[in-house]
Amino acid sequence: MKKFTKLTSAVVPLNIENIDTDQIIPARFLKATTREGFGENLFRDWRYENDNRPKADFVLNDPTYSGQILVAGKNFGCGSSREHAAWAIQDAGFDVVISSFFADIFKGNALNNGLLPIQVSEDFLKNIFTAVEANPNVDLTVDLENQVVILNETGVSESFEINAYKKSCLINGYDDIDFILAQKDLIEEFEKK
Amino acid sequence: MSKTLVEKIWDAHVVKSEEGFPDILYIDTHLIHEVTSPQAFDGLRKRGLPVFRPQQTVATADHNVPTLNQLMPIKEELSRYQVDMLTKNCAEFGIELYGLGHPFQGIVHVIGPELGITLPGKTMVCGDSHTSTHGAFGAIAFGIGTSQVEQVFATQCLLQSKPKTMKIEMNGQLGKGVGAKDIILYIIAQISAAGGTGYFIEYAGSAIEALSMEARMTICNMSIEMGARGGLIAPDKITFDYIKGREFAPAGEDWDKALAYWKTLYSDADAKFDSVLTFDAADIAPMITYGTNPGMGMGIQENIPATKAQPEKEKLSYQKALDYMGFDDDASLIGKPVDYVFIGSCTNSRIEDLREVADFVKDKRKANNVTVWIVPGSKQVEQQAINEGLDKIFEAAGFQLREPGCSACLGMNEDKIPAGKYCVSTSNRNFEGRQGQNARTLLASPLTAAAAAVTGVITDVRELLEKVEG
Repeated sequence: MKKFTKLTSAVVPLNIENIDTDQIIPARFLKATTREGFGENLFRDWRYENDNRPKADFVLNDPTYSGQILVAGKNFGCGSSREHAAWAIQDAGFDVVISSFFADIFKGNALNNGLLPIQVSEDFLKNIFTAVEANPNVDLTVDLENQVVILNETGVSESFEINAYKKSCLINGYDDIDFILAQKDLIEEFEKK
Repeated sequence: MSKTLVEKIWDAHVVKSEEGFPDILYIDTHLIHEVTSPQAFDGLRKRGLPVFRPQQTVATADHNVPTLNQLMPIKEELSRYQVDMLTKNCAEFGIELYGLGHPFQGIVHVIGPELGITLPGKTMVCGDSHTSTHGAFGAIAFGIGTSQVEQVFATQCLLQSKPKTMKIEMNGQLGKGVGAKDIILYIIAQISAAGGTGYFIEYAGSAIEALSMEARMTICNMSIEMGARGGLIAPDKITFDYIKGREFAPAGEDWDKALAYWKTLYSDADAKFDSVLTFDAADIAPMITYGTNPGMGMGIQENIPATKAQPEKEKLSYQKALDYMGFDDDASLIGKPVDYVFIGSCTNSRIEDLREVADFVKDKRKANNVTVWIVPGSKQVEQQAINEGLDKIFEAAGFQLREPGCSACLGMNEDKIPAGKYCVSTSNRNFEGRQGQNARTLLASPLTAAAAAVTGVITDVRELLEKVEG
């Protein structure tokens, strides 16, 4: 799995709530049998017209915004369990998603792929949106080791929660299968009960 | 110590619990389908691992399959490839597949229960968020991502933190024309599309206990639409009667043993839930959604809530949703013309749903402006419908009875709602583009969908039911 420790980057703001996984990657693009290539269809129907022309007013088509951090409204990733949503975001070049609230399955899927979901307070989220609106080049620093996200322009920061085990997986790049397989004898013992 | 139902089942499946780590949870049954499994099989190949317990895994093809001429090769190349991959992967890893043409094929959440694979007290997972459906039997069942599918393939376990528990108690009597779908749409409208996140929800109370297994499945199915990964109902006589005699259900001595265990599966009277909500079934009207998440629902006679009544930071998203739907603030939906009616999906495609619709449309005919698709949940449901003569009723009404699959719930096959068209759908999600690019979905019960089909407009089904009796 991809490792993550620290990142400083500009952000791409998507100030919409309840962004579901059908928006992140519509079902018609789930027919691939590998994990790669989903990025080009990330937010497909918000990003392109039906005739494939880019929609100029969508943030991913606006050269003003760039960076490896996606910032979105609350309840991000609700809906389907498709891991393709996490793959698409990652494939499009993002390493971090920040929101004030994440849907459970999306959050787990992101963590299992080395895409860091960071839940911040509504106030801090608003701070980010306001700062980016005023200056699209503002950058954030995400420090996983210290579990803190910093708005560099003002120095305002907020700490975030992450399960200690998941944190070590991200920092070291190992995954749940490695972890469970190392304890296979326990599983076989359990089955005998 | 007293325990909730979730805790009883969870604790019985913990292989290892260690401070600071998620539990290692043993999974009894793993259901798979063609869309979320290929990358997991690939992962196994890369690691050089077999499927650890292939006999505890069951596969079917449902998301991509056509619902007409199913035995012909799938026309759409990528869909065909994905379904073929499932066949190859199952053969290579020794997994039982109920693929196209098999009498057990169907939507993964319909076939598990009808085959007696879904049982009380089990842990079940599937790479599909509607796995919560199986909780209707008093099982811990939840959707997982593809990395976790690979994890279960490799170890028959998942690393999972114990969820918080919520009890939703629904007491009282449902009104005429109001059913399980209305109950769940009502609950979601009350607590929002995120209101259950982090919880497993136990549904209880007299209105839930009175429901059939099919109806209970409809409710548990949509737990995820309020963010809850799992929803469940304590098993009772209705559950046991449903299971007895099914294909893979325990029989003979095994049945007696299983039954004795199942009867211990309830939340203890003084068990502590992290949250408890209570509702009165009598308050529920036939429900319909007006927006682009399942929390945007209302009683069918109500008006769409005004944007100005929404919290400040939600106004933008709310207005975006109404714009997408082409609806105005404070408007009534009654009388609004409808283009499509879809009766199907893992929420409402079981035999009881089809019977209810057939009973209602008998001697009626669909309106000319509406296309009606009825997509049964499985080959067994389809066959049962034919055996009972429901197909004839649908045909006479101008409703098209198709072959089983997920179909227009998510439009991965050819069954798509055209851009801008309105579809009253018995499925579970009204997200933008869910049923086709720019399609507009209104979620409702099978009865409300059938009422729209015969009148051609959004209709309060209770008025039609009264006419029949009056």
